Amino acid sequence: MATSSERSPPPFPDSEEQDVLFTEDVVAQDSDEDEGEEFFATASNESLLTELDTTLPSPTLSSGVLTEPPSDLIEPLSEPLILIDPIIKPLSEPLSEPLSAPLIEPAIETLGEPFSTPLSAPLSAPLMEPAIKPAIKPLDEPLSAPLIEPLSAPLIAPRSVPPIEPAIEPLSEPLSAALIEPTIEPLSEPLIDPTIEPATSQTESSPISEVVSELSDDFVDLTNSEVSAVESATAEAEKDTTEISLDDPSDDFVEILGSETESHQEEVVANSAAVEATPEESGATSGIKNPPSDDRTGSDLKQEVKEVPSVPIIDISSDLSALITKDLPVSGKVPDPLDDLLSEAPPPDVKVPATRPPAQPPIDLFDDEDNDLFMEAKQTTSVKQPQKNLFGEPDEDIFGEPLGAFAKKADQAIKREKEETVPAKGGNDWSAASGPLDGGIKLGDSADIFTEEAITSTPSVPTINTVNVKTNGVHSEEEADIFAEATVELSLDSPRNERKKNATAAPSAPAAASTSATTVAATAAAASTSASAGSSTASSSSSASLTKIQPASALEELEEEEEDDKFDIGVLVTDPEKIGDGMNAYMAYKVATQTTLPMFRSKTFKVMRRFSDFLGLFEKLNEKHGPSGCIVPPPPEKSILGMTKVKVGKDDPSAVDFVERRRGALERYLQRVVAHPSLLQDPDVREFLERDELPRAVSTQALSGAGFLKMLNKATDAVSKMTIKMNESDVWFEEKLQEVESADQQYRKLHALVESLVGHRKELSLNTASFAKSVAMLGSAEDNTALSRALSQLAEVEDKMEQLHQDQAANDTFNFSELIADYIRLLGAVRGSFDQRMKAWQRWQDAQTVLQKKRETEAKLLWANKPEKLQQAKDEISEWEAKVTQYEREFDRVSATVRKEVLRFEKEKTRNFKKQIMKYLESMLQSQQQLIKYWEAFLPEAKAIA
Amino acid sequence: MMEEVKEVTPNLSVSCHNINVTDVVKDGETLTFVVVSKKLSGTGEYHVDRTYDDFEWLQQHLFAQEDEPGIQGVIFPPLPVKAHVNPSVKAIKQLGFLGIDQWEPYRVAMETYLRQVASHAILSKNKAVEIFLTSSDPPGRQKARKNIFNRLSQAMEELRKESHKDVDDFFQTERDHNLTLTGYTKTAAERFLDVVLTEQKIAVAFTHFSTALHLCVEPGEDPDKEAFSKVCVKLSEVFDTMKTSITSVAENNLSTLGLGLDMDSRYQEAEKEMLFRRTCKLVELEAASRNAERAKPGKKAAVAVLLC
Repeated sequence: MATSSERSPPPFPDSEEQDVLFTEDVVAQDSDEDEGEEFFATASNESLLTELDTTLPSPTLSSGVLTEPPSDLIEPLSEPLILIDPIIKPLSEPLSEPLSAPLIEPAIETLGEPFSTPLSAPLSAPLMEPAIKPAIKPLDEPLSAPLIEPLSAPLIAPRSVPPIEPAIEPLSEPLSAALIEPTIEPLSEPLIDPTIEPATSQTESSPISEVVSELSDDFVDLTNSEVSAVESATAEAEKDTTEISLDDPSDDFVEILGSETESHQEEVVANSAAVEATPEESGATSGIKNPPSDDRTGSDLKQEVKEVPSVPIIDISSDLSALITKDLPVSGKVPDPLDDLLSEAPPPDVKVPATRPPAQPPIDLFDDEDNDLFMEAKQTTSVKQPQKNLFGEPDEDIFGEPLGAFAKKADQAIKREKEETVPAKGGNDWSAASGPLDGGIKLGDSADIFTEEAITSTPSVPTINTVNVKTNGVHSEEEADIFAEATVELSLDSPRNERKKNATAAPSAPAAASTSATTVAATAAAASTSASAGSSTASSSSSASLTKIQPASALEELEEEEEDDKFDIGVLVTDPEKIGDGMNAYMAYKVATQTTLPMFRSKTFKVMRRFSDFLGLFEKLNEKHGPSGCIVPPPPEKSILGMTKVKVGKDDPSAVDFVERRRGALERYLQRVVAHPSLLQDPDVREFLERDELPRAVSTQALSGAGFLKMLNKATDAVSKMTIKMNESDVWFEEKLQEVESADQQYRKLHALVESLVGHRKELSLNTASFAKSVAMLGSAEDNTALSRALSQLAEVEDKMEQLHQDQAANDTFNFSELIADYIRLLGAVRGSFDQRMKAWQRWQDAQTVLQKKRETEAKLLWANKPEKLQQAKDEISEWEAKVTQYEREFDRVSATVRKEVLRFEKEKTRNFKKQIMKYLESMLQSQQQLIKYWEAFLPEAKAIA
Repeated sequence: MMEEVKEVTPNLSVSCHNINVTDVVKDGETLTFVVVSKKLSGTGEYHVDRTYDDFEWLQQHLFAQEDEPGIQGVIFPPLPVKAHVNPSVKAIKQLGFLGIDQWEPYRVAMETYLRQVASHAILSKNKAVEIFLTSSDPPGRQKARKNIFNRLSQAMEELRKESHKDVDDFFQTERDHNLTLTGYTKTAAERFLDVVLTEQKIAVAFTHFSTALHLCVEPGEDPDKEAFSKVCVKLSEVFDTMKTSITSVAENNLSTLGLGLDMDSRYQEAEKEMLFRRTCKLVELEAASRNAERAKPGKKAAVAVLLC
């Protein structure tokens, strides 16, 4: 252990090397994907930058401290800011000691290489850091386990507040209550003022508390460090980012926890929101970049990040424990806690499975994710095996494994997050957990995981368990799962011999890379990656390629599942009513909803809504969901002419017709809205259906200033649409767009034809009426009584014909014409979503162009050797890289949504058409039968003419 | 109102029930009608080509039978208005039912006309009918002389004499009745023509719709798309059937009630003309009587009183 402290000097070079590697990685990442950029961008975006400056000096101090023996370690811990640099250094140190250089290198390599994406880098970095920290601490100080535990605990703690207690217990045994308390405190207070509380703790506890506080600080620092990193050398920045990633996880965890309380559905829905929120929060943490993307997709990144840190920590701790005899005692103590730990540890796992089953039933949409999760779980298992192998070689394996674990975990993490979030706290009992797992709810993988965990717990030395326990306790349930996996791996590895370390590392890396790469459909990608990983751990490339293909299929599956999901809600728009007089009059409609959905207050409710409210609803929905590529069903257009007729003409038949048409259109509009799974969740929709009084919708008046602005916007949109030349990379979208265009044309044609048909029918009805009248007159003028009678009968029949024709015209109108009109509008919305996608693409391209320019300037500066400007250029580059990543991800996301929506739209279309056509044909059949009846009744009259 | 159909007279060498206009041939700017009639003696058939001018010639010859007593009181079967190959809108309107559907109704109308002429007790005696039906040479290419039924002058006189009160109550009521019936029949025919025309328009709309639906078929193996395409095709077939249905409805309307109303309306016109001719005679008679009274100044006042 002492050697580690001594070796502190070497760490620097190591760290530097790492830095270099990181930089390379970063560059590679940048080139590969934009995600890497986000780190910088996010860091720069937030106020952290200022903090970073302050933090920067501290790192140096910490490094100095680190060089010093164990006691120093505590100090550095106390200095949160220092953590980054020191961590790296210590890492290099500990690693070099127990593991030796090779370990570090492979780890780095695996990280850098496999993770072409920046995500991998940050993940690896965080892992390294945490691992290093605990390792250093134990090494330096004989304290060993306790220290490590607190450290790990605090780290974990911020993430998962509830589990802290178990962790504390084990800690308390070896360390004493004092230690525990500080740790608890920091835990309880996630990242905020941890230092204050530790200070209260006693001397012994003080170090720990400090450590804890440091850890917590570290988290804070991480963010800070990120900022500082940005300012400091890129290498540092990278490290910082890695550290930051840790912070992100914590945030994520918190978020997740909060979200977990909510139903899965909400989570799913919220996932995107949470993801967005997380990015913002984590925005400071460049390392978070991964998490945001992950969060969005499936919060894979977050989980990965979380898992990664936890895993490395665990590994390290386990390694340390193994290395250190002192640790063993701790482990010995642990046994008691083990039960707790086990219960705790299993719970997370259990929770995962438990969550899985619930997730599936609640929402079909989730099913996909669940599947992905399962897939991931499988992957993780596969990954675990390699990891185990790696573990066979303690040091190297650990690092390599963590990476692999990360990748795997990332996949799993998504699943876990969702699953865990829901049931997490609930399922503490092993049996219960195992039961659900066995229940078949979970995939074999999950079961495997559990078994593995169980195995690990039993065979693995108490040390490991203790470590795991601690970590579990500290960490949230999700983390616990992660740890469990990690522990499992460790345990397995320790008994077993080394195996293909490189191989494992490589696959894991690719998997991670693939996951990161496929930010678009994170879930789908995760699934694919998991599948690919499971199937071929060795063929990383194949997995990567697969990821892109699979998302589509996964999406489609999702679509189908969604389709199957019937929302039990019906909306009727009835009783159009004219309110007011003159030109200020408006039509109000009764919106009656009948539902069994729990989200509504009652089963049936009615509200009065005026037309502009409908428009207002659409405006809101379109604003919220439109940019993400969602096809928001459009309401009928505002018709000044029609409304004027209504306002002026009292009983004008065309006005009645207009109102009826509009009523039908509004009804169908609302039905489409509530039939849309994500729109139904929108609070505005709920409000619209439920609330008695709606705030008057503004900006819907056709002639208002807002209306004018809207027109202006539309015009500019149209112009920009003309100017955007998108070279479509996705054949699917190209084909779909063409289909939509041609369908639009055809529908327009059809609509015109149906309208003319309706016109003809109306004309026929009119003509029949006048014919009936003239026949009646002829009949009255006719001398021959029989003929006269027949003629008047004929007139009667013709009168009925007229009514039939009129009904038929109405049928044509409401069943066909309106249907097609609806679809013309809907196709407009579909095109709108395509446009949104194009806009996202344009933003991405623009950002890329800017980035290119920035790079060029950087190159110039480099050549001109102007370091002071160089830094700024680099900052800008990182900023734009982040932007590019973000835009690309946005684009991918929009693409995925559009894809999904279009598929849904098509399905709906077919169903709708079928329904309407059936209705139409039935009505026509009826009218024809009626017609035959009339004529048959007339026949004897005609025969009676004689 | 219709003229009483009398027993076929033997003065025609063909069976009046077996006169058919089998075909209408468009020959440049003129329409040529193929008139086929069965010989009473034996099994032969007469095939003659007649243009509208020939029909007109026949009609004028029928009108011009000055030597025939009581010819003025005959309700001449109405000859349809001359049809042009490329009729103007106004001409089509004038043709009414006969103007639509590729001369088929017109052919039927011509056939009906010939049959009515041939079966008419008085008219069928006219040599012109025989010539028209049997002579292979087109008879009426030379301009027919003017006759008493100059339409222009008639129209002028009509206005003057229309309101002339009849001395006979029967004729007076018949005239009044004829007047109303003519009007009503005409409107009814027109209205019904509208109905038929609209039906035809709907048929056309159906056709278009059906083809448009066929175009809506989207390629692709997607089950949804296939279903949609199937729906489109089936619906298109449905509309096609509906088109057929409404087309035949329109056709039937045209050939039954439509043509019936049309002929009725023309016959009403013919009757009106006949009655008008009588009115003219009446007016002539009255005028002559007046002149005669004037020639006898002594009784002038008494006659005047009597007449007025």
